[in-house]
Amino acid sequence: MAEIVLKTLAHTYSANPQSAKDYAIRHMEHVWHQGGAYALLGPSGCGKSTLLNIISGLLAPTEGDVLFDGQRVNELPPEERNIAQVFQFPVIYDTMTVFDNLAFPLRNMNTPEYRVKPKVLEVADILELTPLLSRKAKNLTADEKQKVSMGRGLVRDDVTAILFDEPLTVIDPQLKWKLRRKLKEIHERFNITMIYVTHDQLEASTFADKIAVMYEGQVVQFGTPRELFETPAHTFVGYFIGSPGMNFFELRYDQAQNTAYFGDQSLPLSNAYLATLKKAESDNLKLGIRPEFIEVHSSHEPDTIAVQKENLQDLGTYAILTFSLNQQTFKARLPEDHPDLGDTVYIRFPDDKLSLYVDEYRVEVDHE
Amino acid sequence: MNKVYNNRAWLLVLPMLVLVAFSAIVPLMTVVNYSVQDVLGANARFFTGTEWFETMLNDPALQAAFLRQIIFSLTILAIQVPLGIGIALIMPKRGWQASAVLILITLPLLIPWNVVGSIWQIFTRGDIGLMGWGLRQLGIDYNITRNAGDAWVTIILMDVWHWTPLVAMLCYSGLRSIPEAYYQAARIDRASKWAVFRYIQLPKLTNVLVIAVLLRFMHSFMIYAEPFVLTGGGPGSSTTFLSQSLTTMAVGQQDLGPSAAFSIIYFLVILLVSWVFYTAIMNMQKDKHSQGGA
Repeated sequence: MAEIVLKTLAHTYSANPQSAKDYAIRHMEHVWHQGGAYALLGPSGCGKSTLLNIISGLLAPTEGDVLFDGQRVNELPPEERNIAQVFQFPVIYDTMTVFDNLAFPLRNMNTPEYRVKPKVLEVADILELTPLLSRKAKNLTADEKQKVSMGRGLVRDDVTAILFDEPLTVIDPQLKWKLRRKLKEIHERFNITMIYVTHDQLEASTFADKIAVMYEGQVVQFGTPRELFETPAHTFVGYFIGSPGMNFFELRYDQAQNTAYFGDQSLPLSNAYLATLKKAESDNLKLGIRPEFIEVHSSHEPDTIAVQKENLQDLGTYAILTFSLNQQTFKARLPEDHPDLGDTVYIRFPDDKLSLYVDEYRVEVDHE
Repeated sequence: MNKVYNNRAWLLVLPMLVLVAFSAIVPLMTVVNYSVQDVLGANARFFTGTEWFETMLNDPALQAAFLRQIIFSLTILAIQVPLGIGIALIMPKRGWQASAVLILITLPLLIPWNVVGSIWQIFTRGDIGLMGWGLRQLGIDYNITRNAGDAWVTIILMDVWHWTPLVAMLCYSGLRSIPEAYYQAARIDRASKWAVFRYIQLPKLTNVLVIAVLLRFMHSFMIYAEPFVLTGGGPGSSTTFLSQSLTTMAVGQQDLGPSAAFSIIYFLVILLVSWVFYTAIMNMQKDKHSQGGA
């Protein structure tokens, strides 16, 4: 069984990297535990696929180590790692039947035929490929093909981890959901580590127990979907997760007056925040709040700020209010039964729902 | 739905029809016209029916040429197809080396047929040709004007040199179009090099190979200038192929009727073989159990 550890891992495609920008993976540490269902989430070009290929052995990392159960596997080619990988576009062996496709990895390992057959039938049954076994793989639909390429990973008993590289890209939307559930089922049935690369937060959160969010070659947060939503560890996570993303605004902290300003507006922050701000060593200070957590009132209440309503978009089960404060646009998400709003609305940022970011990383504020 | 039936739309096909008529149908029908008549002079002609066809099919010289032609085409296909695949597999995949090799390989394709014949004619001469002279120095009695075996080997060698690049280039383009993920998946599936070739590369090459085989078959079946310049069909008639027989008959002897009949047979054979080959390959790719149901 395998626990996959990445130690000070870095990778660059350039021959003589000059700056951090030349690195696809920038010195990261990470541990994937045995049997977990993980998602690797991030925008295009953040290094997700590079990381996946390093784990499977298709790429050798420039720096750092990949450890399987404490053993360094940097130099091991993919065929010597107990790993299967499913690619974005289904890879099938055209001329073979579905049965032969599924049997292919086993036959390559010289498995005796009497053991190949039951294994292939078992996997075909799980993936609902049984009626197609005698068909040529070439004539299948995209989702069937993708199931065949998953199946080739599942037939091998030695596989301890399956890596998925955006496997549902070419699948029809209504089938995506089915296939994702199938994956979940397989994960529960076999004790296999699964790492699922995607840029779709919905896909990531429905599949994975824990999500690693990647940004500019680093994992900026590794947590449950709930943690990513409630306490984004990095401004990017806040912006990337959620719909719409988190609101951020720059803070200016005045040491002498012990007051925090947003533009010219002084903010009614609790002492806990002010104490943390006092200790911060950077001028790059930001506050973030989820659109869901902004309190919106139609009339003046204590500690509220009056703002101009710009737009109210009704999306059926909820509404998105757009308002501007200090020339910056904010979005607030209102429940379906929100009160009627005039042109001036009164908003409040609840203290405990705010997140403070110093140099883009979240700083824990001690609320006593 | 009110569908308007208007047969005047057929008029739109007319320009194409006229074009095809002048480029293909009229010339072909002229040949058909000659093939069923005996033309003695401007005003003296007789309808002969299938007589010329029967004569041609029963002519022992032509039967021999036909047999030689088939042996030649099959031989060069058996050499050029595997060789072309092999070359394509070892060609560099990227960088300046890839461009350099591509240019080098393409060079023979750019040389006119007659020039190829002349090059090899000089190359194989015993007195000044590098190959002819060299082989003699090695003690091999090599002479393409006297020895039929030598003539055959040389013609095949010449054709392989001239046309294998075409097969290699088609295969190279086919190989380049295989996505990297296939090779990656094969590594993860622990496929051997042979398995990668057999189950990934070869299947993806099927389409270009069909084109390569068809082109090479048609080309080689019509070969004329190269052997004509190199051996003149000799020694004796040992390297006289169909095209040369036809030319001798039509241009040399002015036997318009028989050569027209022969042309039609020649044309139909190429058409038939190509069609059978193509259909057979396409059928091979079909799913034998497509009624298996999804």
